[in-house]
Amino acid sequence: MEESIIIPPLSSKDFESDQEIRWCPGCGDAAILKQVQNLLPSIGVPKEKIVFISGIGCSSRFPYYMNTYGMHTIHGRATAVATGLKLTRPDLNVWIVTGDGDALSIGGNHLIHLLRRDLNVNILLFNNQVYGLTKGQFSPTSEQHQITKSSPFGNTDRPFNPIALSLGAGASFIGRTIDREAKHLQEVLRSGQEHVGASFIEIYQNCHIFNDGAFEIFTNRTTRKSSVLFVEHDKPLIFGENNQLGIKLDGHQPVIVHINEQSSLNDLWIHDEKDKIKANILANFFENEDYPRPFGVLYKNSLQQEKSSIVGQKSIDSSVYNQLIAGKENWSVL
Amino acid sequence: MKTVKVVNKEDVIIKFAGDSGDGMQLVGNQFTTNTALRGHDLATFPDFPAEIRAPLGTVAGVSGFQLHFGSSEIDTPGDLCDVLIAMNAAAFKSNIMNVKANGTIIADLSGFDKKNLKLAGYNEDEVLLVNSESTNFTFFQIDITKLTVESLKDLALDIKDKDRAKNMFVLGLLFWLYDRELQSTIHFIEERFNKNEIVMKANSLVLKAGYHFGETTELFTNRYELKKAIQSPGKYRGISGNEAIALGLILAGARAKLPLFYATYPITPASDILHFLAKKTQEYNVLIFQAEDEIAAVCSAIGASFGGSLAVCGTSGPGMALKMEGLGLAVSMELPLVICNVQRAGPSTGMPTKTEQSDLLQALFGRNGEAPIPVIAAHSPSDCFLSAFEAARIALEFMTPVILLSDLYLANGSEPWRYPSFDELPEIKTNLITHAIDNFEPYHRNSELVRNWAIPGNKGTEHRIGGLEKQDGSGNVSYDGNNHHAMVKLRAERIEGIAETIPLQEISLGAESADIAVVGWGSTNGSIRTAVKELLLEKKSVAHIQIKYLYPFPKNLESLLKGFKTIIIPEINNGQLVKIIREKYLIDAIPYNRIQGQPLNVAELKKEILKYC
Repeated sequence: MEESIIIPPLSSKDFESDQEIRWCPGCGDAAILKQVQNLLPSIGVPKEKIVFISGIGCSSRFPYYMNTYGMHTIHGRATAVATGLKLTRPDLNVWIVTGDGDALSIGGNHLIHLLRRDLNVNILLFNNQVYGLTKGQFSPTSEQHQITKSSPFGNTDRPFNPIALSLGAGASFIGRTIDREAKHLQEVLRSGQEHVGASFIEIYQNCHIFNDGAFEIFTNRTTRKSSVLFVEHDKPLIFGENNQLGIKLDGHQPVIVHINEQSSLNDLWIHDEKDKIKANILANFFENEDYPRPFGVLYKNSLQQEKSSIVGQKSIDSSVYNQLIAGKENWSVL
Repeated sequence: MKTVKVVNKEDVIIKFAGDSGDGMQLVGNQFTTNTALRGHDLATFPDFPAEIRAPLGTVAGVSGFQLHFGSSEIDTPGDLCDVLIAMNAAAFKSNIMNVKANGTIIADLSGFDKKNLKLAGYNEDEVLLVNSESTNFTFFQIDITKLTVESLKDLALDIKDKDRAKNMFVLGLLFWLYDRELQSTIHFIEERFNKNEIVMKANSLVLKAGYHFGETTELFTNRYELKKAIQSPGKYRGISGNEAIALGLILAGARAKLPLFYATYPITPASDILHFLAKKTQEYNVLIFQAEDEIAAVCSAIGASFGGSLAVCGTSGPGMALKMEGLGLAVSMELPLVICNVQRAGPSTGMPTKTEQSDLLQALFGRNGEAPIPVIAAHSPSDCFLSAFEAARIALEFMTPVILLSDLYLANGSEPWRYPSFDELPEIKTNLITHAIDNFEPYHRNSELVRNWAIPGNKGTEHRIGGLEKQDGSGNVSYDGNNHHAMVKLRAERIEGIAETIPLQEISLGAESADIAVVGWGSTNGSIRTAVKELLLEKKSVAHIQIKYLYPFPKNLESLLKGFKTIIIPEINNGQLVKIIREKYLIDAIPYNRIQGQPLNVAELKKEILKYC
C-alpha cells in the first residue's frame, strides 16, 4: 500500500515550465497545451508522477513546456520509450504527445503494438495532415490530391483513417477532438485520462503555416454544424444547423434522416461507447463525405484494472541469488 | 575374458555428430557434465544446423557437439578431434576432414546404408569406413541402431521410439571407454522422463547396454584414463556464454539494488539470454519485454532507464544496426543502458549460426554525430558473467550506454566456471537522487562529469531531457555553437575518464620482455592462449595480451604494446582492432584474419606467429 499523500491544490500555472513557447503564434498546438495544463490540476496525480514523452515534430516540443518529468525522444519512438517506462513504472501517469507523421508514418509499428498491449497511457495525436517541422511535405493523413512541397502535382497516396487504424489495433479508448473546441478538448482528454488502458485521442490541429484551413469545414460557422457530429454515450446521434438531422441504422448502414419528418428521436442510433461494431461504422464515416465527422469518445471499453505493482519490489535474500549462481549441477574443488 | 589395456591421455577431443534428431547435443552435454564432475578441465562448442528441420539424413541436417577435456588447462574446444562419433553418412561427410591422423571413428552402421549414403551425396555402394592412402584412422563399425532396438525387445515401445534411444547407447559406450560412472546420467534420465516411465526405463536400459557392449565386445581393447586437472579450489559449475550474461545481469541488478529490465527482439544467437531471463521473472526482480522490433527494444529500455531500472538489450549485428539511433539518444540524454551484442557472421543476415567478431567498429563508431560509448568484450563463456556485471557497473556509475560484445562461439560454448557468491560481488553505486533539490539541473555534474539520475516520482526534481543539444547544467535546448563544441568534448571526456576505474592491461601469458605480443580481444582468447602456450614451451619469445576494455582502453596499453618489437593482432574479421591500434598508437601492428565463421584454428595461428619468431 502506498502512503496517502496530501496533495496541495495545484493550478494550471504549476504545470507551465520556464521555457519560452516556440510554436508559431496562433498554432493549434498552443491551444492544446493550454487545455492539458488546465486539466492536470484536477486529475488527482502529483506533478512528480506525471511524465510527458514525445517523438519528433512540432507537437513533440510539448514536454519542454510542461513542468513535469518529460522526454523529447526520437522520431516515431515516443510510444516505444513510453512502453518501457510504463511497464517498469505502472505507478506513473504517462502521456505521449505525437503527430501524424511521428505516430502514423515512422512510428506506426510502435503505435499499433502499444494499443494492442493496452498500456495504461494517454496518446495525444496532433493531426495537422502535414509535416510541419520539416516545412510542408505531405503526411500519412494528408488528403489524396493535396498539394504540398513534396506533392506539387497532388498527393497520390490515400490518407490513413486513424480511428479505424486504432480500432483495428485493438485500442480500448478512442476519442477525437479538435484544437478550436476548448471545452470539448478538455472533456475528451479527461475521459481518456480516466480510462484504464491505452487512450488514443486524435486531435485535429490546424497548421496555419503549411496546411491552413485543413479542418475549416469543422470550425467555420457556416459549415460547422452540418459537418460535425458530437457523440455522447447514451445519446442519439444528432447534428445539423438546428439539430434537425439524425443518424439511424438500417441494418449496418447508417442513414441520415430529418428528425420528425422522416424519423422520431426514438428511432435514432443511440451512441454506445462500448459497442465496437458501431464504433467501426462511426470510424468509417471518414470515408464518405456525405456523413458528418464524429467527435467525442467514439469507443471505450476498459479491459483491465489499474495495476500498481512496480517491478523490482521483491525483497530477495542473498541465499536465493547464491542458488541461482550455483545452478542445478555443481561441484567443489578442494 | 578379453584383456583391456588402460592408456593414459593428456587431453581428448570428441566430436559427436549425427542428424538433428539423433540427440547429439544431449549426449554431448551429458558426457560434458560427467567429465566436469570427474575433475577434468574442458571446453565445448555445439554446431547446430541453420535449418530447424532440415531434411533427414542430409549434410544440412547434421548437428554436432565438440568436447575438449583434459588433465591440464583447456582453453578451446580444439581444432581437430581425436574421436568422431558419426551417426550417419552425412555426419561423417561433414566432419571427417576435422579428424586427426590416427584418430578414431565410431560409426553407426545403420546410418551408412544405401539410403543414407545417397542422402549424404555419396554413391550408393561407396565404402566409407576404410582408410585412404593418407589416413590411419581406427574404425569401429557398430550397428548401434540395431543393438539399441535389441536391448529394448521386451519393452512395449514402437520401433521409432526404440530407435530414438540410440544416443544413449553411444553415451554408455563412451562412459565405458573413459571409465566413467553412469550415475549422473541415470539421475538425469529419471528427472527428464519422470512423467513417462517406459521411456525412462528404455533410456536407462540402452545406456547400460552401451556400457556393457564396450565391456564384452572384442572390438575395444583400450580404455582411456586422464588425470584430474589442477584447478583452483572453489565451487564450480558448467556455464555457457549466454547463460553467464543473463546471470551477470540479474546479479548486477541485485548489487545495484535496481530492477532489471531486459528488452529484446528474438535474434540468433542472443535469444537464449531472453529464454533464460524469462524463466526468472517470477522469482527475481526481472522484467522481460519482447518488443515488436529491435528499435522498440532499445527505446523501451531507454524509457525504463529514465524510470530507474537497470535497462538492458540483447541483440546481434543486424539488430545492433537498428538500435543505433536509440543509442545516440541515450548518449545525448546520458542515461545508463547495457547493450549485449552477441555477434554473428555478417554483413546483412550473413551466417546467423556462425561466429564472427565483425561488429567492433560498429560498436565504436556506428552512430551519427559524436556519440562515444564504452565497449567491453567477454573472452570466454564464463567471463561473460563478469563482463555483463562490469558493463552494468560502468553504465550505472557513469550514466552512459555501454556495449558488451560477445559472439556466437562464446554464447553457445561452455566451460567449468568457478562461481562467486553474492557477497563476493561488489556493490554497484548509482547516481539516483531521492530528495528534492532547489533549482534542480538535470545536467549538473559531479567531479567525474557524471550527471544525477533523478527519476519520475521524486518530488522537486522534475525535468525534461531529450535528443536536442542542450545547455550543460540546465539541460535547456541550445543551438549555440560554442556550447555544442563544449558538450561534444565533455561527453567524450566523461567516457575517457572511465579509464581511471578499470584495471590496467595485463599480459596473460609470457613476459613483458618478449619480442612478440599476440594481441586479441573477445572470443579469440582460447585459441591465442593455446598457441602462445605451445610456443612458450618451444622457447619462443612471445606473449599474449587479451584486451577486454576496448573503449576506453586501459591507461597503460600504449606503453605496454610499445615495449614489444612485433605486435600481431588475430581477429575473426577483416582487421578491426588492428585499425584502432594502428591509428591510436601509431604502432605497425600486423593483422591476422580468418573469417570462416569458426573460432581461430590454433595450428594455423601458431604457424602464422612462427613466421615472426
